[in-house]
Amino acid sequence: MTDLMPIWEVFVRPRNGLAHKHVGSLHAGDEELALQAARDVYTRRNEGNSIWVVRSEHIAASDPDRAAENFQPSADKVYRHPTFYSVPDGVENL
Amino acid sequence: MYSQGLLKQDTAAVESEEFLAAFQDRIDAEEKIEPNDRMPAAYRKTLVRQIGQHAHSEIVGMLPEGNWITRAPTLKRKAALLAKVQDEGGHGLYLYAAAETLGVSREKMTGELLAGTAKYSSIFNYPTLSWADIGAIGWLVDGAAIMNQIPLCRCSYGPYARAMIRICREESFHQRQGFEIMTRLSQGSSEQKSMAQDALDRWWWPSLMMFGPHDAASRHSEQSMKWKIKRFTNDSLRQKFIDAIVPQAEYLQLKIPDPELKWDPERNDGAGGYAHGPIDWDEFRRVLKGQGPMARERLRARREAWETGAWVREAALAHADKRDRQRAQVA
Ligand SMILES: [Fe+2]
Ligand SMILES: [Fe+2]
Repeated sequence: MTDLMPIWEVFVRPRNGLAHKHVGSLHAGDEELALQAARDVYTRRNEGNSIWVVRSEHIAASDPDRAAENFQPSADKVYRHPTFYSVPDGVENL
Repeated sequence: MYSQGLLKQDTAAVESEEFLAAFQDRIDAEEKIEPNDRMPAAYRKTLVRQIGQHAHSEIVGMLPEGNWITRAPTLKRKAALLAKVQDEGGHGLYLYAAAETLGVSREKMTGELLAGTAKYSSIFNYPTLSWADIGAIGWLVDGAAIMNQIPLCRCSYGPYARAMIRICREESFHQRQGFEIMTRLSQGSSEQKSMAQDALDRWWWPSLMMFGPHDAASRHSEQSMKWKIKRFTNDSLRQKFIDAIVPQAEYLQLKIPDPELKWDPERNDGAGGYAHGPIDWDEFRRVLKGQGPMARERLRARREAWETGAWVREAALAHADKRDRQRAQVA
């Protein structure tokens, strides 16, 4: 088998006003062919009106083994949430 | 469905007892496993095998139906069949992409299929002899596939589950268009009726075999259930399928080719269901092993598609390479 065809991650925006969302991946030689293939594969039933493709190797990801130290600290910082604070009776619009 | 960048990460785990217990706890808590997570080697291996076989089945499955695209009886039927076969190609792609997140390359999987070392569903090693077969495939083969696939939408491995959700959404028209073809034929001339009956006669038993061996004989079932890769046993899904199809065949006024098929009030924990005659597992194994002329033809067709498409892949890469170099010169 010849050279490996690069992998691209595909993001589709369902409609204006929403963010692009990851829908899957595919193999293509360049961005133009990746966009064409993404249209053929991921938007056959009105799934969106805009596509982004990005080379998979250009994505950096956080390490799941460090998910606890990365993301758990926010759980004990309750003072970051409005429910941590008491509002006196009768006070409104706060 | 995730990046090669992510795939470079080593997710192999030291499989201590604590690790395995913690992994099982995550599964039991219905937590999804994602590509970079550490996982037992056997969990990964099971998924690679299952998703790979599933992907190959979608791709080889394009061939029996593709056989009738140019001979569809009307433009409407042709457009629907073309869209269905295109969907199956997409399903293959989603699944290969899901398998790639486990560290196996698309090229390797394709190589295994072309070399004849990978399995795919034995159902696609049967020939499509008449237009009625296209109806029977949509109705029975896609029907059986949907039964198998719906529980996979809740599979514990995230990328596989997400691929299956897309696939199930697209499958829903496949079975209906097949049933519509069968309805038309069974309300037509006596020749058309007998075409429909002949197709049901030939596709019925192979469809039942799509659910795999009986539970007692199924090697991988128990561990797959424990890991929530699988949610229901082969026999319980087969039962569900039969119970759904029998009334549909009655509507079509077609006869299911099983003299032992009868209503059994004891089935389904007393709710009732259909009992069926014995399945010819020797045939299943023969066809699965790729014996017979159709199996050779399927692989020949896949190899030809791969080889005659090689120049397109090479040209695409050469073009991308040339443009990269031109851009580098300008910069
Ligand atoms: Fe499919
Ligand atoms: Fe299908």
